[in-house]
Amino acid sequence: MTEEDAWSIVKRARDTNRPFTLDYIGIVFSEFFELHGDHLFGDDPAIVGGIASLDGRIVAVVGHQKGRTTQERLARRFGMARPEGYRKALRIMRQAEKFGFPVITFIDTPGADPSIEAEERGQAWAIAENLADMVELRVPIVAVVIGEGGSGGALAIGVADRLLMLENATYSVVSPEGCASILWNDAALAPQAAVAMKITAKDVKEAGIADGIVPEPAGGAHHDYAQTGAAVHDALVAALDEIDTSYGRDTDLDVAALLEARYQKYRRVGVVIEDPIANR
Amino acid sequence: MIQNIFHRHRQAPDDLWVQCGGCRELIYRGEFQNNLQTCPKCGHHARLSANERIAMLADEGTWTEEDAGLLPSDPLGFISLDQRYADKLTETQNKTGLGEAMLTGSATIEAQPARLAVCDFSFFGASMGSVMGEKIARAAERSSEDHRALVMITSSGGARMHEGIYSLMQMAKTSAALAQMGKARVACISVLTDPTTGGVTASFASLGDVILAEPGALIGFAGPRVIEQTTKQKLPPGAQRPEFLLKHGMIDAIVHRRELRATLAKLLRIYGAAVSGPSAKRRRGASMARRTNGRASEKSPSNERSKERRSREP
Repeated sequence: MTEEDAWSIVKRARDTNRPFTLDYIGIVFSEFFELHGDHLFGDDPAIVGGIASLDGRIVAVVGHQKGRTTQERLARRFGMARPEGYRKALRIMRQAEKFGFPVITFIDTPGADPSIEAEERGQAWAIAENLADMVELRVPIVAVVIGEGGSGGALAIGVADRLLMLENATYSVVSPEGCASILWNDAALAPQAAVAMKITAKDVKEAGIADGIVPEPAGGAHHDYAQTGAAVHDALVAALDEIDTSYGRDTDLDVAALLEARYQKYRRVGVVIEDPIANR
Repeated sequence: MIQNIFHRHRQAPDDLWVQCGGCRELIYRGEFQNNLQTCPKCGHHARLSANERIAMLADEGTWTEEDAGLLPSDPLGFISLDQRYADKLTETQNKTGLGEAMLTGSATIEAQPARLAVCDFSFFGASMGSVMGEKIARAAERSSEDHRALVMITSSGGARMHEGIYSLMQMAKTSAALAQMGKARVACISVLTDPTTGGVTASFASLGDVILAEPGALIGFAGPRVIEQTTKQKLPPGAQRPEFLLKHGMIDAIVHRRELRATLAKLLRIYGAAVSGPSAKRRRGASMARRTNGRASEKSPSNERSKERRSREP
């Protein structure tokens, strides 16, 4: 992939006219009721969540939320969550587990919020707890990267049985700017980093991390909300159907089998060389 | 002239003297070593290599390295400044004498059996790639079997960018493996040393049942420079340091290096008793031997762990 191609996808993934989590919630689901707060510290506007109906099936929905106007963007902190955001997400997922609702997450963040407040309240602790708890959550989880999948702040709501990515979404270990400034001391080399890190939906699917790609209308998701929403709706229903077929649903769900498959999905990820002689 | 000589002497201490990285005072090398590479004047803890750390903690002759044959590869064909990651790895391996940024193995500490996982900051800033993730996962699986508590001595600059999305996913992998180990009632003790940041802090490092920190260590998710650049605010003194973390409820204790061995031995005695209940025998797993290629599989499970999970259903 050329630098221009990769960078145009990064720009599309970040386009403020792209549908955000609440837009998808409005199109894909009905009967959404938003839940607020982590019951510990506060309510983080960078993450939204609640309970909704997907074609009559009750699900829990959690996602990063960005803003469109300058004021909204600041208020939503550009979708960069703080510990109370991740803890709100976990609280909603725990509730879903209690009632047997599948969990749907929408990933759209440049990364976790880098601030003294976030550090004080245990940003790393909150993310790690979500990772460890999501691996063991006893209901199906489907995650969709709708825009930017930025590092640990994305993964903190991204451990799932099925990971989908929109065609123009990205998922990376660090932002291209971050990579370029750390390795090359020059954030302007971000397009080069975007190619090197292989962050597009196609790359991430080829790496075996994403399970499916959701097609976007010509020109990108923001050109047709209804069409994009319908594609996301269908992909979510198909992913849940697949899980139902493999593991059963509701009271018939084989939780042990589902969790074992989820564990193995993450247990296997990575590429190493093994030298049997050195292992002895 | 005199000043110059004096200055030169302080800048280039000979073999007998070491300059403290904290207060910049000159310390007699023997005293510095006897003090476990901490400053007798200001208490500053110098960074240790993984081998120095193991030598300091493990009872003599008890260390057995595990998974030494796990080595990094270059799955993305990553190129930085005209240098292939694969070549940079070889160069770093030759320079450091290490295969990767983490050593794992078994040992005893004051006669208490343990498994150690120790980061080495000199290898790519102890960034987490596939090998560190796999080593933690295997260590956790071995400990689930032989019930040795896992002591993790962490330091890290974060994720290994050169391995892209694979390195990010190691956060989920290590967190999953430690959660499994917890079900076998095996304890995990984290010792956070300078510096522990990024994806390592936000995964296995902060998942210890007990979390200790060395005095003065920088510990956090975002690095201080990133925070200052993003928020345009100067961090208050002591932010992201152990006292700050203790005050905000993130760690259990700050332990001087001099006390670390005894503290770990005590914790191993206490938590070692936790697994004396009905033995949770677990499979070491097909995945142990499997060379991973990052592909998720939807194979239906049919092993002991699933049975065990089922047996725990209410």
